[in-house]
Amino acid sequence: MRKTLAIAAAAGVLVAGCAKSGTQGGNAGAPPKLTPASSIGAGEGQLSLVAWPGYAEDGSNDPKVDWVHPFENETGCKVNIKIGNTSDEMVQLMRTGQYDGVSASGDATLRLIYAGDVAPVNTALVPDYATIASFLKNRQWNSVDGQMYGIPHGWGANLLMYNTDVIKSPLDSWGAVFPGAPEYKGKLTAYDSPIYIADAALYLSKTRPELGIKNPYALTEEQLNASVDLLKAQHANIGEYWSDYTKAVQAFESGISVIGTSWQVIANMITSDNKVKISTVLPKEGSTGWSDTWMLAAKAAHPNCMYKWMGYITSPAVNAAVAEYFGEAPAQTKACDLTQDKNFCATFHATDAAYAERISYWTTPQKKCVDGSGDNCTAYSEWVDKWQQIKG
Amino acid sequence: MLSARMRGVLRAWTAVVLVFLYAPLLLVLLNAFNSSKTFAFPPSGFTLRWWSDAWSSAGMWRALGNSVLVGLCATAIALVLGTMIAFAVQRHQFFGHRTVSLLVVLPITLPGIVTGIALNATFTSALHVALGLATVIIAHATFCIVIVFNNIQARLRRLGASLEEASADLGASPWQTFRNITFPLTRGALLAGAILAFALSFDEIVVTTFTAGPTVQTLPIWIFGNLFRPNQAPVINVVAATLTVLAILPVWLAQRFGGDVAGGRV
Amino acid sequence: MAADQGLTRRPGNRARLAFLLVPPLAWLVVAYLGSLAVLLLSAFWTTDTFTGSVVRSFTGENVIRVLTDAVFRTTTLRTLGVALTVTLICALLAVPLGLYMAKVASLRARLALVVAVTTPLWASYLVKAYAWRMMLAPDGPLHWVSGHTPGYGIVATILTLCYLWLPYMVLPVFAAFDRVPDELIDASSDLGASDAGTLRRVVGPLVLPGIVAGSIFTFSLSLGDYIAVTIVGGKTQMLGNLIYGQLVTANNQPLAAALSLIPLVAIVLYLLAMRRSGALEQL
Repeated sequence: MRKTLAIAAAAGVLVAGCAKSGTQGGNAGAPPKLTPASSIGAGEGQLSLVAWPGYAEDGSNDPKVDWVHPFENETGCKVNIKIGNTSDEMVQLMRTGQYDGVSASGDATLRLIYAGDVAPVNTALVPDYATIASFLKNRQWNSVDGQMYGIPHGWGANLLMYNTDVIKSPLDSWGAVFPGAPEYKGKLTAYDSPIYIADAALYLSKTRPELGIKNPYALTEEQLNASVDLLKAQHANIGEYWSDYTKAVQAFESGISVIGTSWQVIANMITSDNKVKISTVLPKEGSTGWSDTWMLAAKAAHPNCMYKWMGYITSPAVNAAVAEYFGEAPAQTKACDLTQDKNFCATFHATDAAYAERISYWTTPQKKCVDGSGDNCTAYSEWVDKWQQIKG
Repeated sequence: MLSARMRGVLRAWTAVVLVFLYAPLLLVLLNAFNSSKTFAFPPSGFTLRWWSDAWSSAGMWRALGNSVLVGLCATAIALVLGTMIAFAVQRHQFFGHRTVSLLVVLPITLPGIVTGIALNATFTSALHVALGLATVIIAHATFCIVIVFNNIQARLRRLGASLEEASADLGASPWQTFRNITFPLTRGALLAGAILAFALSFDEIVVTTFTAGPTVQTLPIWIFGNLFRPNQAPVINVVAATLTVLAILPVWLAQRFGGDVAGGRV
Repeated sequence: MAADQGLTRRPGNRARLAFLLVPPLAWLVVAYLGSLAVLLLSAFWTTDTFTGSVVRSFTGENVIRVLTDAVFRTTTLRTLGVALTVTLICALLAVPLGLYMAKVASLRARLALVVAVTTPLWASYLVKAYAWRMMLAPDGPLHWVSGHTPGYGIVATILTLCYLWLPYMVLPVFAAFDRVPDELIDASSDLGASDAGTLRRVVGPLVLPGIVAGSIFTFSLSLGDYIAVTIVGGKTQMLGNLIYGQLVTANNQPLAAALSLIPLVAIVLYLLAMRRSGALEQL
């Protein structure tokens, strides 16, 4: 009797669930039809964001670094920030429908667009949109058929970082971590996401041209396997992988890691703590990187606050502050006049379209090759499986 | 009873295990005063700075408040439901009482990640309920029921039903029997169960991660988000050291009045 | 020490039984069993490969993958190995301690020891794991004291998990020792058995259910752990990491559900097997 009750109760729950069909999402055919807003209304009083570390600082890391509270005072939108450590986490968080916006990199944007988790944006509603770098507008990762799905935030490259007390001579090649010299065995670190496979592929595209890798995100089965083999060799030298950037900071400062992939914000934090000496370099083989876009959730509970945020964060003064804190090129060209370091934009090539094209921005690998070279590439789900195999 | 040599061996072993248990906690306490942000060892200096930082950390207090609220609610629900099941199983005969015992124990024996994903899938995919404080309380109550159940059941088993039967024979109604006989005798077990259920809920991270929404931060979630942050990690040590020291009192209370000295898993 | 009064049951009032039983069971069945059923069902669904949305069409491919994929097999074996090792070490540490607390320590010392063993449970799990990260750091206390540290990896993981779950093993073991009447031990030594013999042949079998009860927790807690591994395990990957990775990184909730069937089945089998040992009464 009790067992029947149990089964009946469970079945009831399931029937309730199955009655609503989940978003099936398109294939790379067309994203769901959604209309962009035509005007911004009054703020709703709240805003829930998913952000990369360093993008939405509220003073809790460093009391002097805070652009969230001024926004709250200005608009009355109280901000809740959830830090996403990887694009995968961000996609999953946006899927819950409980956030209003996200700072998505190119390997998250298309997944979000085609699943209907983000809405097209009306760029006319963002005051400083006109002066955003033109090479960031209407790109393959942030727009579909000329309709923008977000507001560009900034871009940058993944860097090779190393402890200069341990590694005395300057490095200039990813060869230092692929697969890694024996003297660093156990002290190598790498980014804990399947997208890191592209870093290996990029290295191989320069060092093993016979593989024919043109775009590190458009890999055939054979090219993927070659990259995976390189990463398996690297795995033997790895001490820890990192996805939480503060864990990378701690690992370098305590000597657990001495060399590996890093972000400028990590290097900046370590330098200001002054416990160990590190150096960063963009190696000669080039680098993977990211180009981030603020996107509005399709089912946002607070869309007006999100539009206000997008306008705020891309305004010259704030964009300059974020870019300098994180260590990336700001999307807003007017921000270059407002950075504290007058050479900041020059150092980061912020207005140099040609330089920007040389970075291999994170893009979601798909079966239909992202560089248009055919239909036989490997999809991200295969990359995920390979990544778990690499880690053993 | 046992030979002196055996006693000596056991005493030494006990000392070793106690050192093992407390060395990391002493390190935590030490680092709460360590002036080095990266916990250099030996400590580079003594400072009370982290204590004032902890005191003024709004995020920490908010998270602490949430944890206390969730703990109290979950414990309250668990007290009621756990006691009911314990009485049902111990004082009545019915078909399937073994299965019921197994079912009650299940939430705590299955790995947290399984329970977490299951509840998350149910809340988000099947029921389309927004995750928040309520979902966390439901999740916590579910595995707190076990703790209360264990404690009450153990106590009921020791008491036997003879006193209750005598009371019924003398004409008392079931409610009178419960109020005047059973409750005073099981009060200690209820207290012990409540304290231990609260402790479990207070420190729970895995299931909470999967059932808390974006705006809810319990203390473990707050700690997890700040564990590696250079400015926050020392504050975490302060909080942990304080909680551990403060916990000695309720733990002692639970053991003193719980009746059987340590019946079962906490 | 009073022996158990034994289970006394009366064929009670059915209405009262229903009142006592239905609300909690309804809660457990709906909230818990229902969730497990949803999990079980979702293991047979699949995801759209591009967007990652769940597609609710029945397929056995995830379960088959879980059973055949090499990395899942390796990781499962590694995790089972770690869980068993942790259980054995905890039992080894807990048994003499439990014996001391129950049979050698004075009454006051016994209470103090129980409090001493239970208090670490109130220190945050995360903080304890992080404390071990500090202890085992290249320039941390362990290295300072002994000149050597295992670093972060499987050894560190086992060490930390043992530390975290030890109280859960000590308490049931102590309770079990406590229940053994002193007279039994006295009688055994009067009959000429040595201490070791007494412990092995008289006390041992009586204490075994307590050890098994503790082992259920150390085993299950280690089987699903993924946080302590991330903190002290270096590049080690355990079953919990795989499940979490498939859920969050791959957005593949059905595969994560299929993977979580492994610890689920393992624990349920273990519980069913241990029913007869009477350990479940001692949890």
